[in-house]
Amino acid sequence: MSPDLLKLIFGRLGIDSLPLHEPILVGTFIMVALGGITLFAGVTYFRLWGYLWREWFTTVDHKRIGIMYMILGIVMLLRGFADALMMRAQQALAFNGSEGFLPAHHYDQVFTAHGVIMIFFVAMPLVTGLMNYVVPLQIGARDVSFPFLNNFSFWMTVGGAVLVMASLFIGEFARTGWLAYPPLSNIGYSPDVGVDYYIWALQVAGVGTTLSGINLICTIVKLRCPGMTMMKMPVFTWTSLCTNILIVASFPVLTVVLALLSLDRYVGTNFFTNDFGGSPMMYVNLIWIWGHPEVYILVLPAFGIFSEVTSTFSGKRLFGYTSMVYATVVITILSYLVWLHHFFTMGSGASVNSFFGITTMIISIPTGAKMFNWLFTMYRGRIRYELPMLWTIAFMLTFVIGGMTGVLLAVPPADFVLHNSLFLIAHFHNVIIGGVVFGAFAGINYWFPKAFGFKLDPFWGKLSFWFWVTGFYMAFMPLYVLGLMGVTRRLRVFDDPSLQIWFVIAAIGAGLVFLGILSMLMQFAVSFLKREQLKDVTGDPWDARTLEWATSSPPPDYNFAFTPVVHDNDAWWDMKKRGYQRPLVGFKSIHMPRSTGTGIILAGFATAMGFGLIWYIWWLAALSFIALLAVGIGHTFNYHRDFDIPADDVIRTEDARTKLLAGAK
Amino acid sequence: MSRLKILALLPLAAALSGCNYVVLAPAGDIAAQQRDLVIISTILMLLIVVPVMALTVLFAWRYRQSNSSARYEPDWDHSTKLELVIWSAPLLIIVCLGALTWMGTHLLDPYRTLGRIHADRAIDQSKAPLEVDVVALDWKWLFIYPDYGIATVNDLAAPVDRPINFRITASSVMNSFYIPALAGQIYAMPGMETKLHAVVNHAGTFKGFSANYSGAGFSGMHFNFQGLDDKGFDAWVAQAKSAGGSLGRAEYLQLEKPSENEPVRRWGTVESDLYRLILNMCVETGKMCQSEMMAIDAKGGNGHEGLNNTLPLSYDKYARRGTEFGPEPSFVAGTCTPDAPQGQTTAAIKAPLDTAPLIGAGLKRPTFSPLKSSSFFLGQRPKSDS
Repeated sequence: MSPDLLKLIFGRLGIDSLPLHEPILVGTFIMVALGGITLFAGVTYFRLWGYLWREWFTTVDHKRIGIMYMILGIVMLLRGFADALMMRAQQALAFNGSEGFLPAHHYDQVFTAHGVIMIFFVAMPLVTGLMNYVVPLQIGARDVSFPFLNNFSFWMTVGGAVLVMASLFIGEFARTGWLAYPPLSNIGYSPDVGVDYYIWALQVAGVGTTLSGINLICTIVKLRCPGMTMMKMPVFTWTSLCTNILIVASFPVLTVVLALLSLDRYVGTNFFTNDFGGSPMMYVNLIWIWGHPEVYILVLPAFGIFSEVTSTFSGKRLFGYTSMVYATVVITILSYLVWLHHFFTMGSGASVNSFFGITTMIISIPTGAKMFNWLFTMYRGRIRYELPMLWTIAFMLTFVIGGMTGVLLAVPPADFVLHNSLFLIAHFHNVIIGGVVFGAFAGINYWFPKAFGFKLDPFWGKLSFWFWVTGFYMAFMPLYVLGLMGVTRRLRVFDDPSLQIWFVIAAIGAGLVFLGILSMLMQFAVSFLKREQLKDVTGDPWDARTLEWATSSPPPDYNFAFTPVVHDNDAWWDMKKRGYQRPLVGFKSIHMPRSTGTGIILAGFATAMGFGLIWYIWWLAALSFIALLAVGIGHTFNYHRDFDIPADDVIRTEDARTKLLAGAK
Repeated sequence: MSRLKILALLPLAAALSGCNYVVLAPAGDIAAQQRDLVIISTILMLLIVVPVMALTVLFAWRYRQSNSSARYEPDWDHSTKLELVIWSAPLLIIVCLGALTWMGTHLLDPYRTLGRIHADRAIDQSKAPLEVDVVALDWKWLFIYPDYGIATVNDLAAPVDRPINFRITASSVMNSFYIPALAGQIYAMPGMETKLHAVVNHAGTFKGFSANYSGAGFSGMHFNFQGLDDKGFDAWVAQAKSAGGSLGRAEYLQLEKPSENEPVRRWGTVESDLYRLILNMCVETGKMCQSEMMAIDAKGGNGHEGLNNTLPLSYDKYARRGTEFGPEPSFVAGTCTPDAPQGQTTAAIKAPLDTAPLIGAGLKRPTFSPLKSSSFFLGQRPKSDS
């Protein structure tokens, strides 16, 4: 075939785009392929495709979508953590003239992919998954406001993840660092597909995130059950509301800044070029106007989880509910006024720098107040050390250290000596692992029995907890030390042999965290095998306080047979105190949304379009775009969007629960 | 828990033990003041962080379920007094830290000239500050000493106790100029200039490097910074002088091409205008300098005649490739000045992109003639002038 025809069909994709010369990647590919084939064969053998398609892929049930988000987050955690292990190993080895085992071309992709994956495809799905699962239950709703949109959002997030994963074996990922600063990320200095993978993965996933933000805001504002005023909402719902407001207000900035970068790369505009009046500094500002709120998008729901967990396991009302809510709102607003602290060293004047430094410090006031509120919730409580509470205590001790180093970095002259150093790396892992990841794990252990009807195994859970916590300290405390030695981030080789010991300690720490992750997978497996022993039929295994525990575990499709009525904060606690009797008669049919495959189809076309744009396969991009529009418009003519669960089915489900509850007593 | 605490104390223990902690034991006055701020801020915050951690452990232990002797008040959830304390305690700390930040940020603004050499030594007015122009290249550092007319790659030296004024830019992508022993870092960005004022108080050799990832050769982008006594510095300058060689435009364009792990290089003479040309991204002859472009823009532009003033960028940066759909890479052609007459070097530019008359609603063709000495402007003037 002629080169022109080849180019027309395949764009710039060719045989040489496959990284056949990289033994690490070929090995990984073989492993992934074998795993994938096994999975595919297994699903086919057990004839699960129809079940998966009907009950999971096309579902609009917020609970199942929430669970799928969690699975996505955990799968991507394995990928992102593999990158982390490679980095730690490279930096521990590359001394005394050794180049380590990763060439620059590969290493630079690894640290970029690690950051992108961990933020966008691990932390975000875990947080969104928990919000998706828990929020409608906590406010006594049957589903989210826009159930189809929810399914579509999830699959768009998956589409972004698929593009990132594809870059591992087809072409390459960006070599720019996780925020892809121009001019380095512009076409002149990154002419390959890496940055295009970055752009389109984030654009596709970003659609999902933004829509899911709109969806949850609407759900929380409109679908609360009778009696649940704003100031009677559970704190997790409050933090979710603030997080989604942040998402809706900040993700469009990311979308626009990436769109401008792609215009620079595809059609030769000059937004962020060195020449022709372009300003890379504009990109740095814009991306952090998204990037700083993003940090709070991740950590606010974690704060909500810790609030629920502390109050439940202390057997006490949350101390200072009102100040907790106001602290959350203040953080939400202030998070927009601090973005410049990510680049004090770009040469803004002293007044600008001190303004942003001081606003940053002010955020620590509401955050500190929250910390005290958790503390005084524990005060005069009866603390049960179940797994969620262990994670919470670990969070409280770890997060204050991260918060302290964060405020230190907000002092501009201190930042001048610590910016971009391993001290900074240690700081943000300290708050993201100590805050977001510990929060997600607390949430998983807390709500797992709600989602599946049995608790998670405590032995493997504790093992995982201790590996994670000790591993975290071993991996990141040395980085603080190295930062004070003036070691900067993203280095591939080192000259000074005296630094090696610290990198070796950090690598061992990463190894411990790896054991923590394995223990967690083991915990899931063991819990599944021991599900009869760990079973909970009450629906309220922790003697908890909020509405999600009022229904069965797992909840029926319709969540609540009758919409609850709320009279107090901690609605379920209040109901229990008043001697709530579960209604046994009078069930009616329930109006519910119907499953649809449109979401997964749309996301599939969007991903194909992204792939076409990345590789300059224009026909694919154009056809996918047209298909996207056609299916989207076609779906507006779908009038079979809802159905009624017949009263008989509701009665059968509720009677089964009545029998179970009777058996439990 | 005890293991945790020991691990948490590691940085503190380590900070107290070694001399390797350059951020905590720098050799320059600016870095020392920045270090002081790091330590004071940390102590201020420990005032609240330590009690919080201690209370966490205390409450976690005291109110465990098995301790039935502890009080249990399941409905106690509010106390106005406590609320006041928990909001005002962090507030007080932040007020102190905020004041410290405001002062420190202004006093240690890298653009600010030095007020002192050392905590106990004032500026010696008889000594002029040392001027150093810094250019971050892919992937090495170019230092130009305009007062001495010398230049080096990856080798920086300064006399002890003499203030240094750095002017910093970059050739292609963002870097960060950082010598931890001397002073905090500042970004080096193409087409832009940042400044840093610093002074070194002890003789010695210190590490300097880029602290902002800039591509494949980033790890090797470091240099030695030497603090020397006056005699030693003179010898260092003489050594560079004797290295001979001259760094002009052509040599610079060769030098700026990407290379990794560059050894030290020195030039005895430097084209006097080189740094300004690098900063204005017009080392290549025929390309308009940013300063000129900004001057024209400040006057409202050149009208229609400015519109077609672009040429294909055939020689530009090593990696520059066109976008898929956009126009060919191009640049704005320079106007002529007596210092840089275009005629000498524009031979490579064969023809203007578009010789058609400018389109405008009834407008005449522009009759802009910058200077009499110019040989031609965009090929529209007869070449015989020169």
